[in-house]
Amino acid sequence: MTKNEPIRIVLAKLGLDGHDRGLKVVARMLRDAGMEVVYLGLRQTAEMIVTAVEQEDADVVGISMHNAGHLTLAPLIVNALRDAGLDVPVVVGGIVPESDLEAMAKAGVAGVLGPGASAEDVAACVREAVATRGK
Amino acid sequence: MDEEKEFRTMSGVPVGSVYGSDPLPGEFPYTRGIHAGMYRDRLWTMRMFAGFGTAEDTNARFKELLRAGGTGLSTAFDMPTLMGRDSDNEWSIGEVGRAGVAVDTLDDMIDLFADINLGQVSTSMTINGPAAILLAMYVAVAEQGGVERAELNGTLQNDILKEYQAQKEYIFPPRPSVRLVSDVVAFTTNEMPRWNPISISGYHIREAGSTAAQELAFTLANGFAYVEAAQAAGLKVDDFAPRLSFFFNSHSDFFEEIGKFRAARRIWASWLRDRYGAEDERSQKLRFHTQTAGVSLTAQQPEINIARVAIQALAGVIGGTQSLHTDSYDEALALPTEDAARIALRTQQIVAHETGVINVADPLGGSDYVEWMTDEMERQAEDIFKHLDELGNGSILEGVYAGIENGWFVGEIADAAYRFEREVNSGDRLIVGVNSFTEGGGENVDLLSIDPGTEEIQLKRLAEIKQSRDSDLVQQALNRLSSEAADPEINLMPAIIEAVKVRATEGEIVNALESVFGTYVEKAFV
Repeated sequence: MTKNEPIRIVLAKLGLDGHDRGLKVVARMLRDAGMEVVYLGLRQTAEMIVTAVEQEDADVVGISMHNAGHLTLAPLIVNALRDAGLDVPVVVGGIVPESDLEAMAKAGVAGVLGPGASAEDVAACVREAVATRGK
Repeated sequence: MDEEKEFRTMSGVPVGSVYGSDPLPGEFPYTRGIHAGMYRDRLWTMRMFAGFGTAEDTNARFKELLRAGGTGLSTAFDMPTLMGRDSDNEWSIGEVGRAGVAVDTLDDMIDLFADINLGQVSTSMTINGPAAILLAMYVAVAEQGGVERAELNGTLQNDILKEYQAQKEYIFPPRPSVRLVSDVVAFTTNEMPRWNPISISGYHIREAGSTAAQELAFTLANGFAYVEAAQAAGLKVDDFAPRLSFFFNSHSDFFEEIGKFRAARRIWASWLRDRYGAEDERSQKLRFHTQTAGVSLTAQQPEINIARVAIQALAGVIGGTQSLHTDSYDEALALPTEDAARIALRTQQIVAHETGVINVADPLGGSDYVEWMTDEMERQAEDIFKHLDELGNGSILEGVYAGIENGWFVGEIADAAYRFEREVNSGDRLIVGVNSFTEGGGENVDLLSIDPGTEEIQLKRLAEIKQSRDSDLVQQALNRLSSEAADPEINLMPAIIEAVKVRATEGEIVNALESVFGTYVEKAFV
């Protein structure tokens, strides 16, 4: 990726949870911040996300969860991307208690965005995650 | 008034049951309330939503809430149950028992209501796509306990239209789903006269980001759509409309919320009488449940949510709600702990017993501002009804289908949600603890954690039931169900009840229906 190209992000919700208000707001925030958003929407699997990342040549994946399943589901995506040979960081948004942050980092999640994150926080978190590529 | 009990203020001043002019509470169009005496005659039902882990775990919480003075049960199911998937489905990994209780078979439902007399409590079940299946299980549990169907008292959410618009827990496409809703309405109308077959819900529309007026309008439009569907299925409006109930959000803008509740009653009464020909006043009276706004709860300084909830609860009560759930202060972070749920219930009890607001019906009626706000809410809602009526060529039901299909509802809601977020982000709108007054708090909040062993326990239980049941009987019941599903003239409830009794799982019943109805996939609108 050259520096002038906008960041391409795949946004998806995993599993059965249908709370998509946050993800839709984030999609618009990132667009307003100049990123290219590939919005997959609800009920995506790890395979669907990997396929989208490959087809869209995405730099980063954002997944949203509000169902307390993040400790199970987030590592699934991280591992699926890694297994596919993709160096694409994963950012998680939703309700993640502070006590789980360490476990999320250990599982290879590049960033976590909680409720109340501002547009600047969201864009910065995604940029920082992208900056970790190749490291 | 010839009441025996005199109502006085804290300082001893006797107060009347209502002030102001006609039409009074209890009189058409019920803007001021559906009963003349309102809370003097009967307090609202303090109904606290609960569910997590296995059926046994939730059963214990139910009993605790009843002991603490709760007067009705309200069941939260986990995501797999809400989506009609069994715990052993690949989609269920990580979600079993997490955000609600896991129910796969009738045996789970038997455990869920163990030692609770279903003839005496009223039970609300928050479930939509597979609502007919959970109702069938509830009926079967009652039957096993010797309680007649006709005695059962409760509410099934069963509001599928708002799922396509907001909450997104749909299974089948809209039309066959509405047929299932109508089947439930017909079944309960004939056999369960004390049951509310649909709780037409604005709550989730608001949580997804709509404005107050959109919540009001989309919800009532969905209500009109169900009336049209039931009439088309051959039911008479006055036979089922008295049992339709509503469920609204109570957010933080106090007077806007009160205006919304008052407008809801007025609109429903007028439309039911004038457009749908309802003559029975019970059909015209809009009864509703209220829940405080989960989306308003902040993860930052969670303790201050107690104050938000109290204000929102007060708006619901002044707005004339029939039942109320108050959110717990820790719900932006996790499912509530028992302590947090107790504080939320106590908040309602303070409103009921200490504030004096129950003494007088519609205490804000006649305020120029509140009357104007009520009119304004109604005006905005009527504009939306007009749009939907045109979309549907004179049918609100068809208009709602069209608005789902072309993404109009989800677009309107996403626009409003983004507008709100930008206001918070720019600081035009202050949220205490989030973008202002951010110091302190939050250090001592204990959160509920769900035993990670729940999934394993539930999977083992499901495997045992599948082993021990008569698989021929299950297959026969599922075959009957899919063949009846193909005939829109047949009410599916009897076949579903038969299937749950022989221990067909929820997922198997959904699959049998899905083979006929198909699966709904949302277009990815941003």
